[in-house]
Amino acid sequence: MSDDPIVIAGAGHAGAAAAAALRQFGWKGPITLIGDEPILPYHRPPLSKAWLKGEATAESLALRPARFYTQQTIETRLSTTIAAIDRATHQVRLSDGTAIRYHKLILALGARPRRLPLPGFDLQGVLELRTAADADRLKSTIAPGRRIAIIGGGYIGLEAAASARVLGAEVFVLEREPRLLARVASPPLSEFFHAAHTAHGVQIHLGAQVTGLAGEGRVQVVQLADGTKLPCDAALVGVGAIPNEEIAAAAGLECSHGVVVDEHARTTDPDIFAIGDITNRPLPLYNRRMRLESVPNALEQARQAAASITGRPAPAAEIPWFWSDQYDIKLQIAGLPFDVTRLVIRGTPASRTFAVFHLDAAACVQCVESVNTPAEFMAGRQLIQKRKPVDATALADLNTNLKDLAA
Amino acid sequence: MPNITYIEHDGTAHTIEAEEGLSVMEGAVNNGVPGIDADCGGACACATCHVYVDPAWEALTGEKNESEAAMISFANGVEPNSRLSCQIKVTAELDGLVVRMPAGQH
Repeated sequence: MSDDPIVIAGAGHAGAAAAAALRQFGWKGPITLIGDEPILPYHRPPLSKAWLKGEATAESLALRPARFYTQQTIETRLSTTIAAIDRATHQVRLSDGTAIRYHKLILALGARPRRLPLPGFDLQGVLELRTAADADRLKSTIAPGRRIAIIGGGYIGLEAAASARVLGAEVFVLEREPRLLARVASPPLSEFFHAAHTAHGVQIHLGAQVTGLAGEGRVQVVQLADGTKLPCDAALVGVGAIPNEEIAAAAGLECSHGVVVDEHARTTDPDIFAIGDITNRPLPLYNRRMRLESVPNALEQARQAAASITGRPAPAAEIPWFWSDQYDIKLQIAGLPFDVTRLVIRGTPASRTFAVFHLDAAACVQCVESVNTPAEFMAGRQLIQKRKPVDATALADLNTNLKDLAA
Repeated sequence: MPNITYIEHDGTAHTIEAEEGLSVMEGAVNNGVPGIDADCGGACACATCHVYVDPAWEALTGEKNESEAAMISFANGVEPNSRLSCQIKVTAELDGLVVRMPAGQH
């Protein structure tokens, strides 16, 4: 195994997992993990949940303790920004002017929250949620009676809404589309979460077009296109994320809504890999490519890159999956809703224990959204993997044993 | 700090000092023990922290809750002594615990 240096640009879930996997797969050469945040890699999912609710500590948030990096001889360079990739000389140039040579480079720069080109967007108290620092700012605005405007009814917004509500804040969600989670969930799931949040006292405004934010130095009001003005003490903007592909594009790597990679996480440069939220990747099970924003995706691609670099066989392709926790609701989603011709609901939303199976024209499960039913999630995942047609009636029948159905 | 021994599928054993109050999964992840992936970080959402608890220790590791039971029943190579290690809290009574890891978590 080579003694050459690996440089990992980006110290989030993907970068940290790649460093650990390289060592686990036997890489002996130097590994340098570079991150622009001042702290060691940490779990992002708890930022909208346990961290906001005061149930996590800096220690519990860390992906690995500091001693892990020392023991594994992984050099970590924090608060360090990459300025450019010099492919010809195999170097990454840092914003402090220094350069680090790489034998192989792994880009794990992630994505950043989309900004809204609206008046008042830069007022104090208009926040986003990506980093631990963001979460701390958001946390400091949440208290009983404080009014929190959540712009964007996606997972970031809804998880933050649930946490803020549990802490006694007044919360209202402004969603541009006719339903929550419009981009990412089925109508029955949107309806379920709408009802759940409403039952917890969150006010939801659908079809809401935010036209601006106003206040004296600090945001005090959110303005909608229909003239509504909603007073608030803080506003969280969660309207999607943009891949940090700029330095890759500047270096001439193929980018298209993310850095384009193959099933080994390789870019168009044989010595450069890209993993996680920054990538546009193939989905072999769906015959498509897209950018997948999830922790499981970051980890899978980290393992792909590490396997490729260390000469190991590629890991078996994983079904994309995702989870979200809001109040006492555990949502687990496996697969992606491509080519779906019908939905089969197993269980009832009213019981708060149900699953929505997405079937294609051949009656194969393409995707399953499960609420408080891990068995349906796991069985659904097996069905998706097997490309096995199912009997929709049996699937919907709670008396049908899922293990038998998925076998 | 209680000692836990994690035995890889190929027989390689790793004994580490685990912090009380953290999970058996965290004991592995924090100490670089290979074989436990823990993709969801302990949220009982992924079943990639699957271990086999040595029969002598099963009773002391406590009962599975409904979520864990549902998840683990679908895990690869599930056995009666299978547990999701993120759901087993490390206590002083578990000093000497032995768990085995499956061939793979994916």
